[in-house]
Amino acid sequence: MITLERVSKTYGSGGRAVQALEDIDLTVPKGTIHGVIGLSGAGKSTLIRCVNLLERPSAGRVFVDGQELTALNPAQLRQARHQCGMIFQHFNLLTNRSVYDNVALPLELMRESRGAIRERVMPLLELTGLADKARQYPAELSGGQKQRVAIARALASRPKVLLCDEATSALDPQTTTSILSLLQEINQQLGLTILLITHEMEVVKSICHRVGLISDGRLVEEADVGDFFTAPATRLGREFLNDFLELEPPQALVERLETEAGAHTHPVVRLTFSGDSVSTPLISRLAREHGIDVSILQAKVESIQGRTLGLMIAELMGSAEQTRQALATLESFDLHVEVLGHVQRTD
Amino acid sequence: MSSALIDLVWQSTLETLYMVAVSSLIAALLGVPLGVLLYVTRPRQILAQPVINGLLGVITNVGRSIPFIILLVAIIPFTRMIVGSSIGTNAAAVPLTIAAIPFVARLVEGALNEVSPGLVEAAQSMGATPMQIILKVLLPEARGGIINGLTITVVALVSYSAMAGAVGGGGLGDLGIRYGYNRFNPTVMLITVVVLVVMVQLFQSLGDYLVRKSDHK
Repeated sequence: MITLERVSKTYGSGGRAVQALEDIDLTVPKGTIHGVIGLSGAGKSTLIRCVNLLERPSAGRVFVDGQELTALNPAQLRQARHQCGMIFQHFNLLTNRSVYDNVALPLELMRESRGAIRERVMPLLELTGLADKARQYPAELSGGQKQRVAIARALASRPKVLLCDEATSALDPQTTTSILSLLQEINQQLGLTILLITHEMEVVKSICHRVGLISDGRLVEEADVGDFFTAPATRLGREFLNDFLELEPPQALVERLETEAGAHTHPVVRLTFSGDSVSTPLISRLAREHGIDVSILQAKVESIQGRTLGLMIAELMGSAEQTRQALATLESFDLHVEVLGHVQRTD
Repeated sequence: MSSALIDLVWQSTLETLYMVAVSSLIAALLGVPLGVLLYVTRPRQILAQPVINGLLGVITNVGRSIPFIILLVAIIPFTRMIVGSSIGTNAAAVPLTIAAIPFVARLVEGALNEVSPGLVEAAQSMGATPMQIILKVLLPEARGGIINGLTITVVALVSYSAMAGAVGGGGLGDLGIRYGYNRFNPTVMLITVVVLVVMVQLFQSLGDYLVRKSDHK
């Protein structure tokens, strides 16, 4: 439904040129929700603006619904943009138009009749739960309600694609959840293809099917959400995951961690279980087969898109030889083992 | 106060209102589009035209920098061409209008600049043409600021009209100079000033009311 082919965007020229996007290849199949996550300044906003050509790529081609947008003249492009609804972080509602008139705007731009507009706007206000707010103005609404108006407005022209530019970043967690479930509903009921950019893993986890990770203008990783959350392929992906799961070692432990193993130290490991390894009784096996004790410092289980993800930070207490064998055993399973450091033994 | 004097004050008040009304109306009709052009032709704007923008900017600045009293006499031939005379309230309205157009244009440009660029971007994402963006987004969203700018213009025109009056245009300024100053009649001077103060107050209150009513920010 959406295809970006080797899309690059450079701002400025000569020595001052800044490469915002570099050779982006991205395909979002019809009816899926695709997330792109990245830190601020990674190029997320530029990327999503390149899809409906609010930013024109310096190179590469953009297709939406089989039509090459980058090949259209201005009038054709305006026509094609009716296929692409867009919502924004700061809602971008017209303050001097009522809720009804905001939703009607795209239809007015398409020169629809008043009757046709009315027939389209009211069901959209019902869908987004705003039927009783039709005559109110944006200033009288909460952030979540404003974003609902923006969603209704984006859907007015019956688009096939919805672009979401940090749509929940200005909202509190509860409101975020309700907006995300609305987006999911729209995706399922209307079969709308959604491309969203965000810096929040929560958003990706809740509604995305696939996710891309963007860093310095490049897509460095792309995966199904279940795979990304259980086994990110890149270091940045892992950092995002650890931040999201808040699975950082406690401060008191960090202060005791030494990078080198010593004669009287135990390794501290971070284990990420997924798939089959979740149900394996690993800890008791380590104790039984290698004679070591495992002290669990932190642990967490998450369910993501029907897949279970377990995380644990543990100290392996045994002799150097025992812990070495224990680590080898752990690595033979389907799980990610990361040695965070070593602590002096206290026993 | 004699009835003759009351008649005179009333007559002068009507003349002032006439000059202000005519020049405000024409200045708004020409100044608002000029302000819109100044804004939309800016670099990175929806109809970016750096050369035209620069040119319009210079013309506007020239218009704004000529002292009104000099403009008044400098364009006398032009005034004659338009209204057939260089004295009277109609003749006074010409330099008032010319002075007010760039004034309105800059105030409108400033009001448009207050519209969030995000709104323009949203309209573009919906496939709006530049004209639709101007008519459905920029002007309605800047409505409060534009009315505010027009109020400032009307008030400024009240005071400029007194100057125009002094060179034969009639109105309250003329009355104040001829009767109050030249004939040294403090009563007439005071009445003139009081009427002008009340007039400005009324225009400002009306403008504030319209801004409040039209803006939902």
